Amino acid sequence: MSMLLAICNLGRILTREGREMAEIKLRGLRKSYGGHEVIRGVDIDIADGEFCVFVGPSGCGKSTLLRMVAGLEDITDGTLEIGGQRVNEAQPRDRGVAMVFQNYAIFPHMSVRENMAFGLTIAHASKAEKAAKVQRAAEILQMEHLLDRRPSQLSGGQRQRVAIGRAITRNPGVFLFDEPLSNLDAALRMDMRMEIGKLHKQLGTTMIYVTHDQVEAMTLADKIIVLRDGQVMQAGAPMELYQNPVNRFVAGFLGAPSMNFLDVEIVAADNETAKVARPSMDPIVVPTRGRRFVPGARAVLGLRPQHISACAPDQGVLHGQVTLTERLGSETVVDLVMQDGKNVIAAFGEDKEFERGQRVDLIFAPEQAHLFEEES
Amino acid sequence: MRSSLTSANREGWAFALPGIVLIFAFIITPFILAFGFSLTNQRLISPNPTRYVGLENYQQMLGLAFVTLDAKQDPNGKVATDPSGHPEFPPLRTITRNADTPQYRGMQEWFRWETGTQAHLVIARDVVFWKALVNTCLFVLIVAPVQAGLALGLALLINQKLRGITLFRTIYFMPVVVSIVVVSLLWRFIYDGHDGLLNNMLAGLSFGHFHPVDWLGNPHTALGSIMVMSIWQAVGFHMVIWLSGLQTISPTLYEAAAIEGSSSWQTFRYVTWPGLRHTAVLVLIVITMQSFALFSQIDVMTKGGPLDSTQTLVFQAVQRGYGLQDIAGGSTISVILFVIVLSISLLQRWLTRER
Ligand SMILES: Nc1ncnc2c1ncn2[C@@H]1O[C@H](COP(=O)(O)OP(=O)(O)O)[C@@H](O)[C@H]1O
Ligand SMILES: [Mg+2]
Repeated sequence: MSMLLAICNLGRILTREGREMAEIKLRGLRKSYGGHEVIRGVDIDIADGEFCVFVGPSGCGKSTLLRMVAGLEDITDGTLEIGGQRVNEAQPRDRGVAMVFQNYAIFPHMSVRENMAFGLTIAHASKAEKAAKVQRAAEILQMEHLLDRRPSQLSGGQRQRVAIGRAITRNPGVFLFDEPLSNLDAALRMDMRMEIGKLHKQLGTTMIYVTHDQVEAMTLADKIIVLRDGQVMQAGAPMELYQNPVNRFVAGFLGAPSMNFLDVEIVAADNETAKVARPSMDPIVVPTRGRRFVPGARAVLGLRPQHISACAPDQGVLHGQVTLTERLGSETVVDLVMQDGKNVIAAFGEDKEFERGQRVDLIFAPEQAHLFEEES
Repeated sequence: MRSSLTSANREGWAFALPGIVLIFAFIITPFILAFGFSLTNQRLISPNPTRYVGLENYQQMLGLAFVTLDAKQDPNGKVATDPSGHPEFPPLRTITRNADTPQYRGMQEWFRWETGTQAHLVIARDVVFWKALVNTCLFVLIVAPVQAGLALGLALLINQKLRGITLFRTIYFMPVVVSIVVVSLLWRFIYDGHDGLLNNMLAGLSFGHFHPVDWLGNPHTALGSIMVMSIWQAVGFHMVIWLSGLQTISPTLYEAAAIEGSSSWQTFRYVTWPGLRHTAVLVLIVITMQSFALFSQIDVMTKGGPLDSTQTLVFQAVQRGYGLQDIAGGSTISVILFVIVLSISLLQRWLTRER
């Protein structure tokens, strides 16, 4: 308990040490390689102290965007402001950022201590200052016993901790993380994820975190930016995005297992609801959440697996046969195939046994369903 | 008990066999022969039978002594001087042909320095050998660091992502693929004392104030000229080795350094140079060995002259063995060179070992 307090105190001391306000503004940011545009007009606001996660599928431009903030990539067009200053042309070192890379990027020939003190060595800091700052960072990351090791004597998680320690000792205005956990195994990934969350609570520094993993995004972020093909799809708090995705892409990206999408036909529509149907599903009325649909048009119905539940035989709106069951103990994920061959995944919040080929009837609460325009 | 290496791996040995045969035929056997010859008085062609002489060749080659001569005095005990007031010393043969000092018999002056009325002389049984040894060491001491440094500089320049950079790589590498004999011939024209390219260029740059120098004909400039040419010729080769070392360094290390605020010099010091450790050991050892083997340039350009100012160990070994038909002498030089290069390589490895 007292140790926990001590750590919290350290965090507070660290944050007070003359760090600059670091809110970040991206305005119409663009990046082209040759003629090929990979970032296509991005506007993002990140408040001071906010934990912002860029999430999106591989190749959507997350790293490129982060590297533009860091100063490792030139900005083709648009404005980047850090702490109210336009920094488009500023050198990385003048932006007050620290970065943690996927492959750690720690110096193999230096000890852990030297690695963590690197930024201070570069700035010609005194020995005493280096020792004190490294000691504090090591305490925060609980790695004091590793300080004299070489990187080759560390595990992947410990190496990533060294890289984070190197970032902490510089006391930057902004932390940038580029998929820092992708090279770690699953168990370690969860531990480190929690540690990074705690670190943000302790330091209160602005952080931008890039990941393709929606779990990391959901658990860590104050604000999630969902990217696709170099454009922002949606920005907002994790639950906001989870509950009100603006389009099918965002809806499918957040949440696991991912949302079911069923092609439906609009039978009737008014301002707030629409009645939809498909051959293998009984007609049902769902909310339109401000989107407009005309009767006869095609649309996509989105159902989260968790919102589907089993019901008494011959009732419900969806009927399928079990093809695969995954029993996780606290949850049972079932893959069902409906009469028309379409697959639906349902996740039941308890342990249940199903047999392959067993017929299951399903219902869902219509107010939890999402209706999207059909994508072109 | 047969080890698995010899029994279970017959195909492996079969594949290695041609290499082993070649190494034995052209490296190990000649070395053992050379070591054997160096203990005899073997000549290329001779009517007399070969005789075992022990270490006599080595004593002859390495024999060195230090003597002091007092200035000549006139009968009154006054120091005799030449017209310019410089003290006069007796000739060396008063010692080397003196029955009282048989240990100096046959030795010749290598160099001397004078203090007041005394002259201090270093005399050697084989002055040419010593000159060759010193020239070779001088060549290595200057060429190894300069060539390695220049090659590293070029590699750093070439390693940038610029348009058309491969053209420069090709240009710098070109002298390497041209035979050293051809390069030496070309540079003989460049260094020519009357109408050479270098003299013409220097004259042009200084608006005619520069007096032409016979670069290869002057004992003060000959070795230096050969060094410059040798550095130019092989720098591209070592540049490529450095380049391969540079490209093994992860680009994210440079990015991490840039974000931490590292200057170019600091990046070189903390990222590049430590990443080149193994390459540096390789480059240094290769350059040292190549420099000790200096021969073709000498053979084509100066033949050891003028005044033995460009004698080198390998050139001497060849000249004695085949020019003077003194196989024993040539072998002795080869063995001495082998010992020197081996010791230096071991020393370099020890100095640059992993700590
Ligand atoms: N140096 C480069 N030259 C050309 N194209 C690049 C370069 N770097 C990235 N790209 C392209 O930009 C897109 C986004 O890349 P990146 O930001 O690395 O994606 P992410 O990190 O989201 O997986 C990809 O299509 C990639 O091919
Ligand atoms: Mg990436």
